[in-house]
Amino acid sequence: MSVRHALLALLSEGPKYGLQLREEFEAGTGEVWPLNIGQVYTTLQRLERDGLIESDDDDERDSPQKRFRITADGEHELAAWLRTPPDMSSPPRDELVIKVLVALRVPGTDVPEVIQAHRRYLVELMQQWTRIKDADAGRDVALGLAVDAELFRLDAVVRWLDAADGRIKRAAAEPPKAARDDLPRLRMRAGTAR
Amino acid sequence: MSMLELRQVSKVYGQGAAEVHALRDVSVEVDAATMVAVMGPSGSGKSTLLTIAGSLEEPTCGQVLVAGNDLAAMSRNEKARLRRKSIGYVFQDFNLLPGLTAAENVALPLELDGVSSRKARQAGLAALDALGLADRASHYPDQLSGGERQRVAIARAVVGDRRLLLADEPSGALDSENSETVMRMIHAACKQGVAAVVVTHDAQLASWADRVIFIRDGRIVDQTAPAPGPESLLGQGR
Repeated sequence: MSVRHALLALLSEGPKYGLQLREEFEAGTGEVWPLNIGQVYTTLQRLERDGLIESDDDDERDSPQKRFRITADGEHELAAWLRTPPDMSSPPRDELVIKVLVALRVPGTDVPEVIQAHRRYLVELMQQWTRIKDADAGRDVALGLAVDAELFRLDAVVRWLDAADGRIKRAAAEPPKAARDDLPRLRMRAGTAR
Repeated sequence: MSMLELRQVSKVYGQGAAEVHALRDVSVEVDAATMVAVMGPSGSGKSTLLTIAGSLEEPTCGQVLVAGNDLAAMSRNEKARLRRKSIGYVFQDFNLLPGLTAAENVALPLELDGVSSRKARQAGLAALDALGLADRASHYPDQLSGGERQRVAIARAVVGDRRLLLADEPSGALDSENSETVMRMIHAACKQGVAAVVVTHDAQLASWADRVIFIRDGRIVDQTAPAPGPESLLGQGR
């Protein structure tokens, strides 16, 4: 989460005080990403240093009375950031994927049982997020969006586990096929290179 | 109070080499005001579990109790009456009768049970109203969207005094927004005292349940633990 750009977004609405920024940040993310006041001031200092925001007075102290406003450069930076897709091209080193891959190699491991342990944990997490959404009953749009993002992310992992389960079951039922050697780069990227 | 109890239920289809064990020694208890989700891959036995729970099929062995009544001890007529009075079904493809309006569809199970037309219609309208569908009461199914049809189907499933709701992939054909609406409704019905069993392969739907049971190859292999409150998630990062 870019605190830097979230603060710029809040300042795009008009000048604000540090403490106010923290409160609005938390409210705007449905309190899913709490911030400490130190983080707010450190980020504000950097934004001011980079000329993306400016403060009302020359007072160097980080007082809650200090008011900040966004500059033209800041507005430009914010607009560019909103439209820049985050880097999702290379798969992250996913610990869960690694565990399932390792489970396949460890003799005597009941892989479906390993998969189920992770599936249960993920569904339990999803139940907690859904309870938050249910309690809010659709009143807070920002909270709904943030919770949905978590639910969709966790759901994707559960679906991967389901697919893995099926793939492993099918592979166990079929005679082994010789591995193709013409996909080394892909194997490397997927973390399955031997 | 336990609205539904399956005790060591097994179901075998076919014989000899063609024998298929759809359920093996399954025990489940669902209390009033509780939603239980049953998750598992296709062919794992989850739909069989639902049809046996709803007395639409008989188990090969084991016992099924609905509201404390042992289904094996009931006559065919008694079971039919129990299905009409106490059990509501929701299917993926809605199963509304096309020649009847939304209100008539919802009122139908009550009329079949001998409730007067006028009273059944009143109860039907009340059920539609409770689900925010009062203005759709006189629409025919083909005049309703998919989401609305499923909401009508849920109204029909909980109309009158039905205390057990059995749903098989209730939002399988719906987009995520309508799916959420459907799950909110089932959840709301449970808060009013209904016991619900929702069969699904979708973790987002299952996450509405108080308890999620995982089924694989006809066996219950796992279930979720009662979850801690939301503070455990919202407190992170401080």
